[in-house]
Amino acid sequence: MDWNFISQYTPMYIEAAKLTLWIGVLGILSAIVIGLLCSIVQYYKIPILSQIVSVYIELSRNTPLLVQLFFLYFGFPKIGIVLSAEVCGVVGLAFLGGSYMAEGFRSGLESVETIQFESAESLGMNQLQVMRYVVIPQALAVSVPALVANVIFLLKETSVFSAIALADLMYVAKDLIGLYYMTTESLFMLVLAYLIILLPISLLAVYLERRLRYAGFGN
Amino acid sequence: MQDLAISIIFKGNNLLRLLDGLWITLRISLLSAALSIPLGILFGMFLTLKNPISKFIGRLYLDFIRIMPQLVLLFIVFFGITRATGLDLSAELSAIIVFVLWGTSEMGDLVRGALISIPKHQYESSEALALTKLQTYWYIIIPQTLRRLIPLTINLVTRMIKTTSLVVLIGIVEMLKVGQQIIDANRFDYPSGALWIYGVVFFMYFFSCWPISCFAKWLEKRWSDK
Repeated sequence: MDWNFISQYTPMYIEAAKLTLWIGVLGILSAIVIGLLCSIVQYYKIPILSQIVSVYIELSRNTPLLVQLFFLYFGFPKIGIVLSAEVCGVVGLAFLGGSYMAEGFRSGLESVETIQFESAESLGMNQLQVMRYVVIPQALAVSVPALVANVIFLLKETSVFSAIALADLMYVAKDLIGLYYMTTESLFMLVLAYLIILLPISLLAVYLERRLRYAGFGN
Repeated sequence: MQDLAISIIFKGNNLLRLLDGLWITLRISLLSAALSIPLGILFGMFLTLKNPISKFIGRLYLDFIRIMPQLVLLFIVFFGITRATGLDLSAELSAIIVFVLWGTSEMGDLVRGALISIPKHQYESSEALALTKLQTYWYIIIPQTLRRLIPLTINLVTRMIKTTSLVVLIGIVEMLKVGQQIIDANRFDYPSGALWIYGVVFFMYFFSCWPISCFAKWLEKRWSDK
């Protein structure tokens, strides 16, 4: 282990980690918005839109992010849509994540039983109050673990961005291996960087799951 | 004269070459799945042991593998292990090693989840009905575990197929790489080839995974209310 090498190139990893996080956060936030919209469309079974949403969900869940990115980055310019690598990263992550988030929200909404609606209504709540005070708190409690798991999954998926020439963590590691042949050191730093990013989130996931396990009614 | 751009797919044996590439992807993922399912079942049973040491080892392995992006694991095995030990692993072998390691941990967690999800009263009720230990497992526990496990396992297989797309980045010539070669070879005849080729690759992945996930969903629905 060459510690000098490691300390010399730490700033490069920090820069790369910032880029990974930046694109990851933008992509994940867009994914949450898309997922929320999709799950609402499907929950209320809005005609036509809900069919489009289910096609989108199937397409995005059954193809790998790498292939989606190649299509966006190399294929789209041929029909005149030129996107920078950063934009491709965010769009790709949002496209992939949207469907996973939608499934997460949907399972939460579906887990709320009809008796909850009926009881709320019989207490004289209006539609909005039923949603605000009865359905959404319970649905969220059920879907939060899935959502956090999706965040981790999407952050991990950002590692393929190096394939479309985004200077993320993977890219820096590959670069350093190619330039200096310091394989062990470069990979060690890579693993460390991902641990620093992902370990806190996965600990949070464990904590949330424990907290929320008893949040639903009647279990 | 410029041909229609879509005909790049049918030019020469391009489509066959792409299908060959798909087969390489599927071969790696199915082989890894076939190895990691039995290993994962064993690992899942290992995870339910009450022994604190085995628990710690299991969690450590599970969490490390699951927290690292699969691409990082591929790099560690393909570049790191080979450099550190001097072993000459082929890219395909490294890919299979990584996917088996990863699949075992994922499968193990699914098995653990299915095993601990069987409520204690199931054991107690069958004892009250005077079933023997063997009968309890055979008629009560295993059917319920399998019912939960099989759809999830099938989903894991589709995830493996999707993740196998990463192997192009450690230099395996699979569908994406073949697509790139076709695009480069026809750069002047078909300037917009990339759109069609990557479109075909996209849908080939889709049609490999979609029927499998539909099947999983169907099983889940069919078994859920029993």
